[in-house]
Amino acid sequence: MSDTTPNSPAKGFLAKHAILERSPTLLLVSSLLVVTVGGIVEIAPLFYLENTIEKVEGVRPYSPLELAGRDIYIREGCYVCHSQMIRPMRDEVERYGHYSLAAESMYDHPHQWGSKRTGPDLARVGGKYSDDWHVDHLIKPQAVVPESIMPGYAYLVDNEVNAEYTADLVSTHRFVGVPYTDEMIEVAASDVVAQADPDTDAYDDLLERYPGAQIRNFDGRPGVSEMDALIAYMQMLGTTVDFSTFTPDASR
Amino acid sequence: MSSKENKDIDDITGIDTTGHAWDGIKELNNPLPRWWLWCFYLTIIWGIGYTIAYPAWPLVKGATAGVLGYSTRAEVAAEINRFEEANAEISAQLASADLNTLAENEELQRFATSAGGAVFRNNCSQCHGSGAAGAVGYPNLLDDDWLWGGDFENIEYTIRHGIRNEEDWDARYSEMTAYDEILSDEEIDATVQYVRQISGQDHDATLAAAGEVTFADNCAACHGEDGKGSYDLGAPNLTDAIWLYGGSEATLEETIRYARFGVMPPWASRLSEAEIKAVSAYVHQLGGGE
Repeated sequence: MSDTTPNSPAKGFLAKHAILERSPTLLLVSSLLVVTVGGIVEIAPLFYLENTIEKVEGVRPYSPLELAGRDIYIREGCYVCHSQMIRPMRDEVERYGHYSLAAESMYDHPHQWGSKRTGPDLARVGGKYSDDWHVDHLIKPQAVVPESIMPGYAYLVDNEVNAEYTADLVSTHRFVGVPYTDEMIEVAASDVVAQADPDTDAYDDLLERYPGAQIRNFDGRPGVSEMDALIAYMQMLGTTVDFSTFTPDASR
Repeated sequence: MSSKENKDIDDITGIDTTGHAWDGIKELNNPLPRWWLWCFYLTIIWGIGYTIAYPAWPLVKGATAGVLGYSTRAEVAAEINRFEEANAEISAQLASADLNTLAENEELQRFATSAGGAVFRNNCSQCHGSGAAGAVGYPNLLDDDWLWGGDFENIEYTIRHGIRNEEDWDARYSEMTAYDEILSDEEIDATVQYVRQISGQDHDATLAAAGEVTFADNCAACHGEDGKGSYDLGAPNLTDAIWLYGGSEATLEETIRYARFGVMPPWASRLSEAEIKAVSAYVHQLGGGE
């Protein structure tokens, strides 16, 4: 039992807190308002400040095959051990390359920055290793890196990428703000197949839609496997920014 | 908060209470410890000072820069610059050095080998192994068996441009033919036996004799009549006991049927001049440099 009747009521402005403390609903609503102020000050400016995403040339939306590979990356939980975020520190820049820019994640929904590195950072892994290496490594990491503790993903070779839902996937990304055109969504299903086929008729069209996209048979096997998709994604990571158009902003 | 009048003094301690009582137990109204209170006020003052000194408050077009002018990016640039300046002289010396005469300059050679080792462990070890012993399909760099040549010029060229990649037009290139649909099964079997013969392994002499003809017609153009390979074409020497993919009958058959196409990325776009020279010198001194 409680008896909270004050026998020594405080006076003045501070005494009014008693009103808040005695009404749980009012207390809840008020604390929500206080937290909201913090949220507005910290988050809202990111949407209007011009330097939130620095302006650089080259960053483009993911091609449908890369997007499919990205989904596999998320499905397999690669982000649990690999980050995609090179921090602005000398040792990181020496090891992984130029520190990551916000612009490089502008089409990521959700971003894959991560915070834990059991394996190395992958933000600029694109082009660093051959496709064959990625195939060998994903099938059995220890075949190429004996000291690795990464598990194998051999079944990716046998799983075909289902292009049936690719258009849906691409339009979902458009829904959350990635500037895919109607045309891109229309041909998304065929673009998935085209990017894994170096002899495709759509070679030039694909490059026009997704400049710098790499068009190869990534896993060296017929068909479009999940291995193709994941390697297509790996090989483009961190390769799109034209750093000649980048000037570091002093306020960061 | 207690007020001066109406104090409810606790009899035992002589301290007034908050007026809150639960089942007859009353809460003493002890003041906050002084040190705690002052720390609290100090953190508030510190917080205000911090947002003045460092970038903090969002305004209309950007955030306040802070009077100290601190910037993470400027700091990392300065840090990188500091090391580049410290190494500027010796790096420039290395970038323009002739690797063939590197041994004459002991200090430069030491720098190159040490820097090259760091570059190797970061960039090359994933394929060639952290000890450079290679893996199946990725050449061992410790031995004196080379695909494209093991002198300084060739090692440097291979590192700079890579092998059979799409990014660098000057990459080393050759393409082994897949004989699956060109040779008959018998011819392939015979060729396998011949290759095993010239590499000094157990083989079927009759089949090998037949294979010698197939080899001369199909393989000798790149691997040489004696099977000793060619640096110009990156064709491996088949007469030694060193294998890139393996010398078993099954592996040889797979190689002949479906061919091999090892790719190495170009490093000129990722590494600096001095780094390329350094890692070339490092690979050369691993044991097999020519």
